[in-house]
Amino acid sequence: MSEQQNYEPRVVAFLCKWCSSAGSDLAGVSRIQYPPNATPITVPCTGAVSPMYILSAFNKGADGVLVSGCHIGDCHYIEGNFLARRKMQLIMQLLEFIGVEPNRFRMSWVSAAEGAKFAQVITDFVDDLKPLGPQEKLKKADRI
Amino acid sequence: MSKKRTGVFVCHCGTNIAATVDVAKVAKEMAGEDSVAFTQEYVYMCSEPGQESVVQAIKDNKLDSVVVTCCSPNLHEKTFRDNAKRAGINNFTCEIANIREQCSWVHKDKAKGTEKAIKISRSVVRRVSRNQPLESIAVNVTRRAMVIGGGIAGIQAALDIANAGVEVVLVEKQATIGGRMLQLSETFPTLDCSQCVLSPKMVEVKRHPNVKLLTYSEVQELAGSVGNFRVKILKKPTFVDPDKCKLCDECTVVCPVVVPNEYELNLSARRAIYIPYAQAIPASFTLDEEACLGLNPVVCGKCKDVCEADAINYDMRPETVTEDVGAIVVATGFDLYDQANMPEMGGGKVEDVLDGLQFERLCSASGATGGHILRPSDHKEPKNVVFIQCVGSRDPAKHCAYCSKICCMYTAKHAQLYKHHVPDGRAYVFYIDIRSGGKGYEEFVQRTMEDNDTLYLRGRVSRLYRHNGKVRVLGTDTLSGQNVEIDADMVVLALAMVPSKGTTEIAKVLKIGRDKDGFLAEAHPKLRPVESVTGGIYLAGAAQAPKDIPETVSQAGAAAAKVIALLSQATLSRPPLIAKVRPSHCTGCGMCVDACPFLAIRLENGKAIVNEALCEGCGSCSATCLRAAIDVKNVTQLQIFEMIEACLA
Repeated sequence: MSEQQNYEPRVVAFLCKWCSSAGSDLAGVSRIQYPPNATPITVPCTGAVSPMYILSAFNKGADGVLVSGCHIGDCHYIEGNFLARRKMQLIMQLLEFIGVEPNRFRMSWVSAAEGAKFAQVITDFVDDLKPLGPQEKLKKADRI
Repeated sequence: MSKKRTGVFVCHCGTNIAATVDVAKVAKEMAGEDSVAFTQEYVYMCSEPGQESVVQAIKDNKLDSVVVTCCSPNLHEKTFRDNAKRAGINNFTCEIANIREQCSWVHKDKAKGTEKAIKISRSVVRRVSRNQPLESIAVNVTRRAMVIGGGIAGIQAALDIANAGVEVVLVEKQATIGGRMLQLSETFPTLDCSQCVLSPKMVEVKRHPNVKLLTYSEVQELAGSVGNFRVKILKKPTFVDPDKCKLCDECTVVCPVVVPNEYELNLSARRAIYIPYAQAIPASFTLDEEACLGLNPVVCGKCKDVCEADAINYDMRPETVTEDVGAIVVATGFDLYDQANMPEMGGGKVEDVLDGLQFERLCSASGATGGHILRPSDHKEPKNVVFIQCVGSRDPAKHCAYCSKICCMYTAKHAQLYKHHVPDGRAYVFYIDIRSGGKGYEEFVQRTMEDNDTLYLRGRVSRLYRHNGKVRVLGTDTLSGQNVEIDADMVVLALAMVPSKGTTEIAKVLKIGRDKDGFLAEAHPKLRPVESVTGGIYLAGAAQAPKDIPETVSQAGAAAAKVIALLSQATLSRPPLIAKVRPSHCTGCGMCVDACPFLAIRLENGKAIVNEALCEGCGSCSATCLRAAIDVKNVTQLQIFEMIEACLA
């Protein structure tokens, strides 16, 4: 049990440049503390996040993957987050199909004004990942 | 591709980074990366000596690319890219790893923070190892501007831009320009008449050769980007030709339809055909299509019959106008917080409880009562009036968390105006604090208290209701610790300022961000307060935050200066981070064509082609391409895969 408690999930967080990355900046400026488990990768738009990125992260040993972008209707590129939402829905189904807990993948909408929400999203996700334990199903011993 | 020679520069940011991240360890780890030829740490990398050392290191070590691990790229990406250029290498081979906002400031545990900073830095180093040198794309600038919103902010911005010799399109939703300021009676702290100072500006904007005025019009669609926007505007029909209308007022005399007058905040009624104010610009009547019996001579047609100037035309139709502009100022103003949300204040249903703007109309000579303060229920002069501040403001639990900033001042003004109109009357003000920062403001409030004999009570009102023909106000005076009960003839609520309905709508159309309270978000709260996050779109007035008239005018001037500076450039440089096709991999499946929100991709001879002028670089195409045949330059799939790997190493 103690191993479970010490387990720190490794998370890759794809943040859109316009909203969620700016929201994470605001969390920083406001000094709102959250767990350091998630490493951010800033992308132009959540619409640019290929499903392959998510699978690749799981392949490379991620315990959870977060995609966070602008609120629906607020996309800087008009409809990128709509496209992302559709793809991500499929990813959820695919993960379930291949036996990975779909909860290991999460999508959130965090605007540039929502620093506190960004911190909360990370905190909640890490909390929710802990009981699941390490992700082994898609992890490859020898990486591509 | 030959191996990169990347320099990694780790900033301490004083103790901002160094206190919670082991910067030496970050530098050491990065030195172990294949592509890294040089590492350095420094206490303030953005300082002049810091920047110089970067330039020198690039030259001395023949570096071809740079990673600066420091604060958010929103702050110093430009600084260090310019530096790279100065050192003689391509600026797009320089990237920022954000280890401050995204790491050192949000994690106190130094070991874990350092570990994360290393991951972030490593992922950016790997990305840069595949960055291509790119050249900015030069685009022509449309030397024209648009101002959305014809209140004092929009009018001032339009005049300042027009006076610089730039053509401006001023778009206003209502039938007249003037906005909220035109509804005010007198303004603090000088008590000069609002309409008297505003109307010369309204006339000037109407007559200015560089201003194209579109009233009764709404912005519907925006395309393009900074320097070259295309805006679609819906011009609603007024059914009256403003050039022919002689303002004789005969039409309103015969119009049989009576509806509440929204310009008078429903204190009086108007006809279906009306003019908002005597000072309206354009000076013309407007026929309210919804209220009119049907724009059909068979049904009514009285106004058309009586109009000697033949100005009324029932066949006018909505018109869509397209305007090309290089920059946009958004000045769409504020509304008052909805009283319906406040049942303890009567929820808008208790008679003789007015909001601040209604009180302005009562005091205004052009208002429903001709400038006499009469209470709506019986048209008698109220002998005691209770003014309540912070109604809906400063109440994070139930209403708006923020301070609406101007209410302390306008309530003091209201009390003074009331005492000037009704010298034997009694004015009470319920307040939480008095916030009177501003030139002459504190003195003004003191005058209200002392010279105008207004009773200030520090405390909130808990309830108000009708009682024996009066409004009973229950509150507390926290200074004496007593409950207060006042039977008032009239109550005036200083309701919170909220972004106008139009502001919410325009933010969606223009895709500009809003803050947590719904006001338009500025690009940086201190250093870029009049710019939106979107290039070429600027903000002015109360749509950005609650503010008074002098502040609004200053902000409008500042936004205009930004527009003029932008439009004075012959060409703009656009970041070249746009999509690129690898024809050898493209099978012509067309998925990217469907995914592109900007219609920038087409198929030609079975291969995708990107229109570089239209592509915004969002990357939706690359996320759908099964064969990695299309990528955004310097954010390629290969680069992201490497970044993922670095994050999990």
